[in-house]
Amino acid sequence: MSTDYREISHNGLWKNNPALVQLLGLCPLLAVSGSVVNALGLALATTLVLVGSNVAVSLIRKTVSDAVRLPAFVMIIASFTTCTELLMKAFTYELYQVLGIFIPLIVTNCAILGRADAFASKNRVGASAFDGLMMGLGFGLVLITVGAIREILGNGTLFADMHLLLGPMAENWTLTLFSDYSGLLVAVLPPGAFIVTGFLIAIKNAIDAEVEKREKAKRTEPVTKGSKRVRTTGTIT
Amino acid sequence: MAFMKMSSPHAHRAGDTGDVMKQVILACTPGLIALSYFFGPGSIFNVVIASGFAVAFEAAILKLRNRPIGFYLNDYSAVVTGVLLGLALPPYCPWWIIAIGVGSAIVLAKHLYGGMGYNPFNPAMVGYVVLLISFPLEMTQWASPRPVLEQGQSLVGPLSALGQIWLGIPIDGYSGATPLDLFKQNDSQLVEHFYTAEPLFANARWAGAGWEWVNIGFLLGGGYLLYKRIFTWHTPVSMLAAIFIMSVVFYDGGSSHSGGSPYLHLLSGATMLGAFFIATDPVSSAVSTKGRLIYGAGIGVLVYLIRVWGNYPDAVAFAVLLMNFAAPFIDHYTLPRTYGHSSARRATEKSE
Repeated sequence: MSTDYREISHNGLWKNNPALVQLLGLCPLLAVSGSVVNALGLALATTLVLVGSNVAVSLIRKTVSDAVRLPAFVMIIASFTTCTELLMKAFTYELYQVLGIFIPLIVTNCAILGRADAFASKNRVGASAFDGLMMGLGFGLVLITVGAIREILGNGTLFADMHLLLGPMAENWTLTLFSDYSGLLVAVLPPGAFIVTGFLIAIKNAIDAEVEKREKAKRTEPVTKGSKRVRTTGTIT
Repeated sequence: MAFMKMSSPHAHRAGDTGDVMKQVILACTPGLIALSYFFGPGSIFNVVIASGFAVAFEAAILKLRNRPIGFYLNDYSAVVTGVLLGLALPPYCPWWIIAIGVGSAIVLAKHLYGGMGYNPFNPAMVGYVVLLISFPLEMTQWASPRPVLEQGQSLVGPLSALGQIWLGIPIDGYSGATPLDLFKQNDSQLVEHFYTAEPLFANARWAGAGWEWVNIGFLLGGGYLLYKRIFTWHTPVSMLAAIFIMSVVFYDGGSSHSGGSPYLHLLSGATMLGAFFIATDPVSSAVSTKGRLIYGAGIGVLVYLIRVWGNYPDAVAFAVLLMNFAAPFIDHYTLPRTYGHSSARRATEKSE
């Protein structure tokens, strides 16, 4: 099977985006996107697990029989999630505490099992790793966008507490967009996550529809000068 | 002579959605007058500003959706949403709170679900709940009613009201807790002692100074709508009956842990506004007669539960939204039997 890296990245980032099109992994997407730092932390963790599990699944794809493939995939994903959890505990302990249960819950993120079964178990290692990276990026970008919108609406800030993830150099990254802002609390609460995600999906669909309309307009040939009538059946010869 | 085939409903009445909506707006006046008499002009400003925003948002989103603007604005449903939200909001709240509330009501709750007639939730209550959970501080302050003002203090005038609403110039000491809020915070005094100690209750006949008359005003308006047959009696009566029964059962003889007397629950907060103007929304409520009885009773029970054991002092908005969720489910199980059939039949059922 030939590998088309362009198509894989287009699929992961836009056409088949895990969050906006497949609607997979919505539980972490909605639950921890209250601020950019939470979103970025979870996006990195998920991407790490996704790349690792895709590579491992791709490596064993010929030795594991169909009957036991799902338990095997789940075991692999669980191992990578545990690694990620331990890494986060070691290096970004505060963020680990903020994200809490949602780090172990990466195991149940159906986007990861979905990619393992739909792509990695049928493709070579290089393509699988790249697919994992692109799916993770696509998921992460949506996660960060939702996080940024909710943080701006809910707290009036952007990049608050980034030092939890990136260390002391990010201490002063907090952008206060509106001073003396009372905060639209609903944006930080769960309903806000649903509303913001819904709007993002709507915007993506609107962009797709617009692109398709333009391409269609490009494809149809202009009516030639001599034609007087429009025929509804058959082809004009 | 030509016989035309017509499907039900066969009984018509003159008028359209616009007329119904205008009647609803008209029926709000007694309540609005009572609100303005006891709390100053704040509610009038609320209603006017909210209706203005509602029409603006409705026109903008209709334009965005390529729908006929004039046709839909003429049914006055946006104005009704604005008026109801304006009545529910605390007087003298800043204009941007009204704008956010009306925006969520019209755009999120109404048009994202398909517009007039397709909204599963009552738009005004969605707007109210968005505001209540977003701005708890601003939303739980209510102006002090006329009878409890101290010597020399007067109601807020129109000019200082406008200053507060548009420019954020604060008015000193005009606001306090609502009767339901006060009552909820009491956990040490007998109801009898509590009533004499709190000016809000000491200056009232039944259920909080000013509030009882506001509720009676909405009750009058609701009676007018019933007389005009805008809606049937089932939803409001079963809702009020449920609140009455719950408050009698849990009155507890007026101890310090009492849930509050039936008077307090029927004539305070948004009970009457909710019963006659919110719960009767034809789009988001249950449809059949039996269904409406269940729907109203559900709202009444939820109102009492949230008021007494929940986190919020008043609960009409939450109760209505929760029962809106349940309305299709209620309809599913309360299909009326159609003439000629021995049992109820679903429209989707395959005919033999």
